[in-house]
Amino acid sequence: MNEHIFDFSVVWHWLDELMLSVMPEWLTLTIECVLVALGIITLYAIFAMIMIYLERKVCAFMQCRLGPDRVGPWGLIQVICDVLKMLTKEIVSLRKTDRLLHGLAPFLVITASMLTFSCLPWNKGAQILDFNVGVFFFLAAGSIGVVGILLAGWSANNKYSMIGAMRAGAQIISYELSIGMVMLTMICLAGTMSFSEICQQQADGGWFIFRGHILSVIAFVIYLIAGNAECNRGPFDLPESESELTAGYHTEYSGMDFGYYYLAEYMNLFICAGIASTIFLGGWAPFVIPGLDGFNEIMAMIPGCIWFLGKVFFVIMLLLWERWTFPRLRIDQILTLEWKYLVPMTMVLLVLMALCVSFGLTF
Amino acid sequence: MNAQDIMFVILAVFIALSSIATVVAKSIVRAATYLFFVLIGTAGLYFLMGYTFLGSVQTMVYAGGIIVLYVFSIFLTSGQTEELSQTTKGKIFSGALLAVVGIAVFATVLWTHNWVGSVAVEALSKPSEDIISMETIGTQMLATDKGGFLLPFEVVSVLLLACIVAGLVIARKR
Repeated sequence: MNEHIFDFSVVWHWLDELMLSVMPEWLTLTIECVLVALGIITLYAIFAMIMIYLERKVCAFMQCRLGPDRVGPWGLIQVICDVLKMLTKEIVSLRKTDRLLHGLAPFLVITASMLTFSCLPWNKGAQILDFNVGVFFFLAAGSIGVVGILLAGWSANNKYSMIGAMRAGAQIISYELSIGMVMLTMICLAGTMSFSEICQQQADGGWFIFRGHILSVIAFVIYLIAGNAECNRGPFDLPESESELTAGYHTEYSGMDFGYYYLAEYMNLFICAGIASTIFLGGWAPFVIPGLDGFNEIMAMIPGCIWFLGKVFFVIMLLLWERWTFPRLRIDQILTLEWKYLVPMTMVLLVLMALCVSFGLTF
Repeated sequence: MNAQDIMFVILAVFIALSSIATVVAKSIVRAATYLFFVLIGTAGLYFLMGYTFLGSVQTMVYAGGIIVLYVFSIFLTSGQTEELSQTTKGKIFSGALLAVVGIAVFATVLWTHNWVGSVAVEALSKPSEDIISMETIGTQMLATDKGGFLLPFEVVSVLLLACIVAGLVIARKR
């Protein structure tokens, strides 16, 4: 049933050979790199705009409001207006700050975000970065962003920024631990770290959330909690809690410099959901029930990228639901939750999963 | 000169310039930031050679771990106006001595290294996904036979245990 899924790598190989036949290798490589970079940036910007609109609308409905509805039908043009406003705003340069680091910090954050974004498997054969250590590379690239946040807080020469940056650093480093452990649990089940192989296995044998008994489900829930914390979003949005710190580490930023943080925050949410749908819900793999061949054929007719996006937006809805339901915690409560509950739980989970896999108890 | 070599030159220049900037930077946070670029550039070299695992480890441990630790400890120990302290004669002398020793070590390594010529370099500079697979690294790490790394692996865990105990002693409530 899986031969129905279109393998995109055919297209890339054809394009590659076509270009190699008319121009030298180095030029082909350069043009391909530029095209891929443009593709990443375009997708990044488009999904960021969709995410911002979604966030505002969903948040509004959860609070019994209407959300943006003035500009365009259902407020659809609102986001475009916001982007234009952000692009044309003046970038205020401040005295007594470290100019270089102040200017550099947003780029570190957005670079880390884009690197992790390019790890997502969009379809079979349509993946930008696919290493044999894909999951590990994803975690490594994600850890660069913390440096950007810390530098942003320090270089602004502002107490609010500094406190926000310290909170963000402590929180992100702590929650990276349980995200890493959850991913190890799933790698243990998959037996591989490459995102394409993880997806292929789930296309062949069913999604990991069903194959790993109750353990996968618990891992999924822990991932949702830790993922929200990792993206600095409510109920864990302490680093930018507006009631005490104005805006946290990006208080002193203006114009597009602030826009980069805004973009990175929403795209990190998207990436978090994308990785959750890849390692738990099968990425581009269609939903199949063993035995029901007719049903499976129909499911496999739907293109992989639609499956992927559908799963991603499903997980995003879960994350938004979590965000707008719970009140904000205190910083000590956040760290207690991580170090006293989530880390021990993920450790036990990892051992149990390893036992399950080695005794052949998984499906 | 193929694309591989061009990327190598770009990375090498980037690493060299960042290293110099690290040493001459006046502000200590800036020095840490330049060091961050040096480490990222080194990870880039590993990726260029196809050692994706080593590159990821470099990014995660050094760029994402050590540098964050440095920046954190700078923030926690000093105020906003942290500048490097004045240079004294003793400092200049010890710095020069260290530099000479470092150059001597590098020169010895370069001198005694068995250069194999352009053929092997050509072969090495080809990127390959599976030069060393994850399975090989994992089994080698826990192997007990000749060339296995189980003993160093376990010894490192003792070191980590000592660090945890020390952290608890420092942080305990009195």
